[in-house]
Amino acid sequence: MTARRAAAIWAVLAVLALAVLVASLALGSVPVAPARVLAALLAPLQDGQATPYTHGASGDLAGEIVRTLRLPRALAGFSCGALLALAGALLQVLLRNPLAEPYVLGVSGGAATFALFAMMAGCATWMVDASACAGAFASILLVLGLARGELWRGEAQQASPRLLLTGAVIAAGWGAVITLLLTVAPEGRLRGMLFWLTGDLNGGTLPWSALAALLLALLAIVPAAPQLNVLLRGDATARALGVPVARLRLRIYLVASLATAAAVTTAGTIGFIGLVVPHMLRLVLGNDQRMLLPAAALAGGAAVMGADLVARTAIAPAQLPVGVITALAGVPVFLWMLLHRRR
Amino acid sequence: MSDHLSVAVSLSAQRVTLRAGARTLLADFTHTFHAGEIWCIAGPNGAGKTTLLATLAGLRRPDAGHVELDGVRLSDWPPVRLAQRRALLPQSAHDAFSASVLDVVLLNRFPHLSGWGWERAEDRAAAYAALAQFGLAEYVARDVLSLSGGERQRVAIAATLCQHAPLMLLDEPLAHLDLHHQIGCLEALAAWAREAEHTPNAAQEPTQQRTQQPTPQRSLLFSCHDLNLARRFATHALLLDGAGGATAGPVRDVLTPELASRAFGYPLTLIRDGDAEALVPALRATPQFGSAAPHRRGDPSSNSSNSSS
Repeated sequence: MTARRAAAIWAVLAVLALAVLVASLALGSVPVAPARVLAALLAPLQDGQATPYTHGASGDLAGEIVRTLRLPRALAGFSCGALLALAGALLQVLLRNPLAEPYVLGVSGGAATFALFAMMAGCATWMVDASACAGAFASILLVLGLARGELWRGEAQQASPRLLLTGAVIAAGWGAVITLLLTVAPEGRLRGMLFWLTGDLNGGTLPWSALAALLLALLAIVPAAPQLNVLLRGDATARALGVPVARLRLRIYLVASLATAAAVTTAGTIGFIGLVVPHMLRLVLGNDQRMLLPAAALAGGAAVMGADLVARTAIAPAQLPVGVITALAGVPVFLWMLLHRRR
Repeated sequence: MSDHLSVAVSLSAQRVTLRAGARTLLADFTHTFHAGEIWCIAGPNGAGKTTLLATLAGLRRPDAGHVELDGVRLSDWPPVRLAQRRALLPQSAHDAFSASVLDVVLLNRFPHLSGWGWERAEDRAAAYAALAQFGLAEYVARDVLSLSGGERQRVAIAATLCQHAPLMLLDEPLAHLDLHHQIGCLEALAAWAREAEHTPNAAQEPTQQRTQQPTPQRSLLFSCHDLNLARRFATHALLLDGAGGATAGPVRDVLTPELASRAFGYPLTLIRDGDAEALVPALRATPQFGSAAPHRRGDPSSNSSNSSS
């Protein structure tokens, strides 16, 4: 892997993501031509100038749809997908386990439990988001408190299995509470709760917090990518090569958890992206973290945007939860890639 | 940093004590390993060979005493600069993800990376050269997960070599290797240790360093179970008895039938055939070796091989 090859990969994925974004903005129950999409996006920037006369009443409606309905939704999909894929790639390195994914350490379970509590209590949407965020943080702190020694232990032996088990047990605990909540929830709220659990992008406002979290997460971890490459070969090797293993582990855990928390707070627990996207990229492009982390963000973002496009157009006017599409598409694609891999 | 690279390496243990649980592996060990020496660390299972190497590499703090590299305590070295100065091959790497052989070897260039951490042409050249040295040139694109244990081990040794540190600590480098690869690896490593420093810096400032310092600057320590290969390729040996004691010195003074029999708790004898000589286990059934028992210690812990060495 060279810097030039990585840049080429990122460019291709960025173009792909952009194409999916344009498609998400253009397609739907009211189709909007790509040129009109561009015009609609640029319209707010031209405020104060004379409104172009080509925009009739219908043009304004299309612009409204693009700006206030489709753009926030597509950007929420992109940022959540990017955050989840990034978190998945990071946790697979941290735990040195190919089956690791963003939800394996219980962050999503904590978020879901708190969010469902809020929904049962009939709280407003922002309260549900806030409790999801609080739940994610509670779970992060809980795992960190219990497995602190595992992260910090600078010994030569593998620290990961116990961290993984601690997280997995806590995730299982949250799962039990979620089942309990769903069992006792009033009939009328059940549908909303299930949608939240599967992952749903019905937000409404521009997802600034998720976009900011994505930017911060990338800034915090991409400079450490060469160290992550070394860490993958084992703690002893990494320490012998001058990598501060304990500090690096904490950094990975925090970035991955906070990225997951931001994604889950924005769109619920969208499944499979964090597991499948990093693996697909690894199978096709190799496992160099310097290339993989930004690539995972771009591909994960494009994948969730694309899945959401399908979710709201497949059986329009009805909408499916985006998590159903990611799971339905992710499982066979992943299996195919895994089984058809030649060495 | 480059000022350091041209100086002969010296590693010294100062009153180092190593413990494993309640057991004392090494007590109050003081010794300096000089440049140009090739050390074999020998001893029975659980005697503390791995623990000692990890301590000398700075991965583990000694239970008492300290270790100095070039006169500076290991704990005072910045990690990356330490990695430019000493390389460690840990026992048996485990690969969780697939990666090409070249990428795995390039990882050991980490201490030399700068900027955004992408390898430069010289890093690649170092990796190719190290692979070629161990007969792995055609393995460059292979997946490490598809390698046999011996092939993986040679890749790991090549990777350690390509770190270009003048002090190499190798934990069981010969594990999983068949005989001709064991000898091939030891020949390559011995040649490396005898070579003078050939860093790019030295090449750019030619005359002065080349002429003034033909003296050896590198040092190699490896743990090994084959005492005969050690006698043939090492210049010095450190024999651990696993009960606190250690004997250090020129290899033929340390890996003797008497000392080795005592450390391993089994009578060994030296046989000669012309120039070739070998330490072999004595036949226990014969009476004269049964009476060689005085060499064996009464300490029962020395015979039991419990925790990993």
